[in-house]
Amino acid sequence: MSKSAYSDYVLEEPGESIYIREVYGKTLVDLGKSYSDIVVLDADLTVSTKTNLFGKEYPERFFTMGVSEQDMMATAAGFALAGKRPFASTFAIFATGRAWEHVRQSIAFPKLNVKIVATHAGVTVGEDGATHQALEDICLMRVLPNMRVIVPADAIETEQVIRTITDNDGPVYVRLARAKFPTIYNSKYKFELGKASILRHGSDVGIFAAGIMVSEALQAAKLLEEQGIDASVVNLSTIKPIDVETIVSVAEKTKAVITAEDHNIIGGLGGAVSEVLSEHCPTRLKRIGMKDRFGTSGNGMKLLEYFGLKANNIAEAAIEMLNSK
Amino acid sequence: MMELTTDIEALKDRARNIRIDLLKALNNCKSGHTGGSLSSVDILTVIYFSVMRYDPANPSWQDRDRFIMSKGHGAPALYATLALAGYFPREELNNLRKPASILQGHPEYDVSIGIEATTGSLGHGLSASNGIALAGKLDKKDYRVYALLSDGELQEGATWEAITTSSYRKLDNLCAIVDRNRFQNDGAMDKIKDISPVADKFVAFGWEVEELEDGHDIQSLINAFDRAKSTKGKPFAIIANTIKGKGVSIFENKGHYHGVAPSDEELKIALKELGEAA
Repeated sequence: MSKSAYSDYVLEEPGESIYIREVYGKTLVDLGKSYSDIVVLDADLTVSTKTNLFGKEYPERFFTMGVSEQDMMATAAGFALAGKRPFASTFAIFATGRAWEHVRQSIAFPKLNVKIVATHAGVTVGEDGATHQALEDICLMRVLPNMRVIVPADAIETEQVIRTITDNDGPVYVRLARAKFPTIYNSKYKFELGKASILRHGSDVGIFAAGIMVSEALQAAKLLEEQGIDASVVNLSTIKPIDVETIVSVAEKTKAVITAEDHNIIGGLGGAVSEVLSEHCPTRLKRIGMKDRFGTSGNGMKLLEYFGLKANNIAEAAIEMLNSK
Repeated sequence: MMELTTDIEALKDRARNIRIDLLKALNNCKSGHTGGSLSSVDILTVIYFSVMRYDPANPSWQDRDRFIMSKGHGAPALYATLALAGYFPREELNNLRKPASILQGHPEYDVSIGIEATTGSLGHGLSASNGIALAGKLDKKDYRVYALLSDGELQEGATWEAITTSSYRKLDNLCAIVDRNRFQNDGAMDKIKDISPVADKFVAFGWEVEELEDGHDIQSLINAFDRAKSTKGKPFAIIANTIKGKGVSIFENKGHYHGVAPSDEELKIALKELGEAA
């Protein structure tokens, strides 16, 4: 396959691996200069979520809420009611699980301008184990009316996502992870809320991925290329509102679709793509992800292998699907 | 700008009118929370007609004091108060609990009619009030925030997260009022999960506290709010001992009327007691 199969904003080989939560922290610091109405709240995980960087620079606009996630979310709502631009951060499991009802009633329903940016989602959390690995957060947030859900794939996209949501009124959930993510985009990439980005254009199979699984999907496309299989790879970073047009166009072209996520296959990216295709373009589909189970302790990146969330798993699923056509 | 008064008789008359209006509204839609609405009326009357700085003609005025009905099930009392304050016509109360009405079963955020936050699920309102109070401090504004909590709401763990935040952040621009009517949905609180002693708990959590033996006494309420305003460095809690169903003998201290609207017959009795022809 010629290199022209790739969009011009994609790196041909994976770039530097970077902590996207650190990009979040640094971007907040930069935004703090021009946005005097940004306030940042955190529930006792400031060093891990990297909101501590903002706290050092703007202590008067930084609110440590202690281990009180529900209080944090409704306090953030209060800040928004008073005209501030609050960011609330903690681990994904606590932001979406522990505080879900506060997010629903106090943020999503009144459509308040609260930015929930959670880190440590998925099995790549690693050693802390299943209690700390949010595998349901995309599902829990995407079911809420008014809530937008974004899962950045690398450092370049993370910075643009944070800048975009700052200028975009209303509630949003951004899912970040603990692990370093390989860089997949070059500086030509422009994130657009609600638009999926096609990374590779192929006609045999369509792979939809988000977060860390986007770089795995790109690697899978290379493995498939060696087998003479031409894959489309799509970064579905905005899971809500979902880009129906791009999903349908890729499905129409490829007739076979794989979804890949570091999340339960129920209710997340795979669920969302299934819903779109069932309604608009019934297509054979296979979901790669956590198969309705909890995680375990271990090295974060090795857990991707352990749970079958690697490039080779995606490629094998694609081959199996094409063979059984 | 709302003109405030300390005329006790005038305030009592407003409270009486609010009770009449909310009971008619509840009877009209045949559902809603009678007991906890009636227990809050005198507190709301004093806050809206004797304490708060606001202007129904300019509802989003940035320097306004804010009121958050954390006990959102008391919505009928809040709506009748807002109507009397002039946020919307009293006839609107006929649309209580109807589809797409501005007066939903529990309050929905709409500054244009004086509803400052969405409430109804207990354990949210004080946190939101803290956020507004913190923003006020950050902006060096002198507005004050008032949050009305139910005593049942003190069984929510999240409420205590918020109570801790208020005192840790020294929110002296915040005043919480606990409508201590001693009943919750399932009955008397001391038969379900007693939360006594309430005042001691607030004190232990770093609040300045005033407990009112009679949370319906207008003068006592006015005095407590005065004290709240002049308290520095701490949030202020008013524990108002109230009577569930206050003002209508057949509803008073009857757990049954927590979530039950007055029937036509009961409304007739109530209006007679409140001095209004049915």
